[in-house]
Amino acid sequence: MAQMTMIQAITDAMRIELARDPNVLLFGEDVGKNGGVFRATDGLQKEFGEHRVFDTPLAESGIGGLAVGLGLTGFRPIAEVQFIGFVFETFDQIASQATRMRYRSGGRYTSPITFRAPFGGGVKTPECHADPLEGLLTQTPGLKVVVPSNPYDAKGLLISAIRDNDPVFFLEHMKLYRSFRGEVPEGEYTVPIGKANVVKEGAHLTIITYGAMVHTSLKAAELAKKERGVDVEVIDLRTIQPIDTETILASVRKTNRAIVVQEAQRSAGVAAEVIAQINEKAILHLEAPVLRVTAPDTPYAFAQIEDKWLPTPERIVKTINEVLDF
Amino acid sequence: MPVQTKGPNNQKQHQTGYIYTNVDETFQPLQVLSTDGKVIDEANMPALSDDQLRELMRRMVFTRIWDQRAIALNRQGRLGFYAPVAGQEASMIGSEFALNKEDFILPGYRDIPQLVWHGMPLYQAFLYSRGHQHGGQLPQDVNVLMPQIIIGAQIVEAAGVALGYKLRNEKRVAITYTGDGGSSQGDFYEGLNFAGAYQAPAIFVVQNNRFAISVPLEKQTKAETIAQKAVAAGIPGVQVDGMDVLAVYKAVKDAADRGRNGEGATLIECLTYRFGPHTLAGDDPTRYRTKEQESEWEQKDPLTRFRKYLESKKLWSEEDETQVIEEAKQAVAEAIKQADETPAMTVSGLIDSMFETLPESLKEQKAWFEGV
Ligand SMILES: Cc1ncc(C[n+]2csc(CCOP(=O)(O)OP(=O)(O)O)c2C)c(N)n1
Repeated sequence: MAQMTMIQAITDAMRIELARDPNVLLFGEDVGKNGGVFRATDGLQKEFGEHRVFDTPLAESGIGGLAVGLGLTGFRPIAEVQFIGFVFETFDQIASQATRMRYRSGGRYTSPITFRAPFGGGVKTPECHADPLEGLLTQTPGLKVVVPSNPYDAKGLLISAIRDNDPVFFLEHMKLYRSFRGEVPEGEYTVPIGKANVVKEGAHLTIITYGAMVHTSLKAAELAKKERGVDVEVIDLRTIQPIDTETILASVRKTNRAIVVQEAQRSAGVAAEVIAQINEKAILHLEAPVLRVTAPDTPYAFAQIEDKWLPTPERIVKTINEVLDF
Repeated sequence: MPVQTKGPNNQKQHQTGYIYTNVDETFQPLQVLSTDGKVIDEANMPALSDDQLRELMRRMVFTRIWDQRAIALNRQGRLGFYAPVAGQEASMIGSEFALNKEDFILPGYRDIPQLVWHGMPLYQAFLYSRGHQHGGQLPQDVNVLMPQIIIGAQIVEAAGVALGYKLRNEKRVAITYTGDGGSSQGDFYEGLNFAGAYQAPAIFVVQNNRFAISVPLEKQTKAETIAQKAVAAGIPGVQVDGMDVLAVYKAVKDAADRGRNGEGATLIECLTYRFGPHTLAGDDPTRYRTKEQESEWEQKDPLTRFRKYLESKKLWSEEDETQVIEEAKQAVAEAIKQADETPAMTVSGLIDSMFETLPESLKEQKAWFEGV
């Protein structure tokens, strides 16, 4: 097995799918000759040619519409939105067009599109680059939303996304792109969309999280172990739409306590949804209310204070203690 | 002044007689100075005093030095996000110089020089770069918005500001900037069309520096010029040699005069070039630019050309140049010091700036934050 960074695993997944299926196309701003601003598509235009991998003009609504149109003619577009904050420019094409195609045409047409975008904080990008907008995406009916936390999952989930016949939004956390390497099998394999992963088993409390917060939560779990001897279980959702409720419930039935960690702002997000599901299906197994650790309800913080604004291991431990002491 | 107001009439017709393909013929770039600093278009020489001419040069040299210092400071980790501007001084400074103080600037992320010459304190530009809220908290009499990150958003807003001035019967114009890449956004067309439909005094400047990050102009648009995109919006379109500060000044001054006279909006395409990388966040221009192209454009350096012109009129000397360089270095050092001394931002402060009165939920979040 190869050791890869998450970004290499992502490139590898696209290379495999471009080679396997001539209907797969890859496009976006700077993805061609430059290989993407993060080099996620590096070398792919050279390998597959300008008809398969190409630069678009600077227009996200155009990119989204192009993807929808190509989907109508039998292609399987991978459309890159250069940074998540620019998703608003194409949001009509995602939310009102791509996701409604199957519904509107009674199944005659579909949108087998993979939208990809870097997102997520901790890397001090300018305004509108890092915003955790996944809540917005998960509230868009008809869209699957995937957020890998490691290279292995990234490759397997991206291959699943490209092969999916419905639109999938694949969110790539910028902080995880190159922060560590992991074992990634060569060749093709898939990780199913909609299945969570228990990354650390524990007996006393469950943390449900995704993306970069998986790593922050693992740190918090260590701290809690050291400080208080608590044995925390950590679940990586991997897919936040649809959410794998079964894995969450099985864990909560075991630990009877849970918190949800998301780096997005507090209100009406993924954490709120997870808590609602636990309340609906496992309330009698709970020893304490399910709490959440999130960023506050402000725009994404300017670079100078983003490290304070994002959830920290300390803040997670504080919340763990609140739940334990309820 | 090559003002394009009519469409099809000026155009070559396709053999079939009803298909029009060329609008580019009428868009010859306005150029006042040749690359070796000689006046080649006396008729379009703007009316500027010797002092004003010297001031234009001073600002361009100052900006070049500040740009170099900003790049160095960024590499030392003392600044944050920064997009180099060298090569674009004529287009940035010439255009701002043609405005009045009450005119409003809606910039893109690269357009910090226009803001600073319009009154934004330099230390606040540095705070902006560092991601400090106070970088955007500008003095009341500085009529600018913060640099826009979302490409195109400022263009539609400029139509709104311009309409606002028109409705209030104020003789002010709104000017906005984007790049050749930005001219592909839907917002670009919407902004031009709105300003056209409302006859609003907006000036849309496209700094065509031939690249949008790595994507060359030829991949951005099939149109021969960006100026011709004005035709469809029914507003005048102008193409200018964007390395010629006098030509840029002239084009913007005329557009502003037309705006103030109730004649509506103008699109101005400045042909220019950025010498540096796209931004300092890992962009590598050797992946998409050639050495030949770079040196070809360096021959057109706006500073060299204008310096030659001024020297020939005995309006600029080596001592002048040295003095401005020193002045710029000192100003940058002072601004950095002032930025360093500005109290750091806090999350509580950010939460407090959300609403006029904080809702309960945010009060709770703030208390929780402060408790950690
Ligand atoms: C809506 C939106 N899409 C994409 C980007 C990312 N981006 C930043 S600069 C840039 C290229 C801009 O090129 P151009 O408009 O030609 O201006 P230049 O940088 O050349 O001055 C891109 C794609 C963005 N900031 N906003």
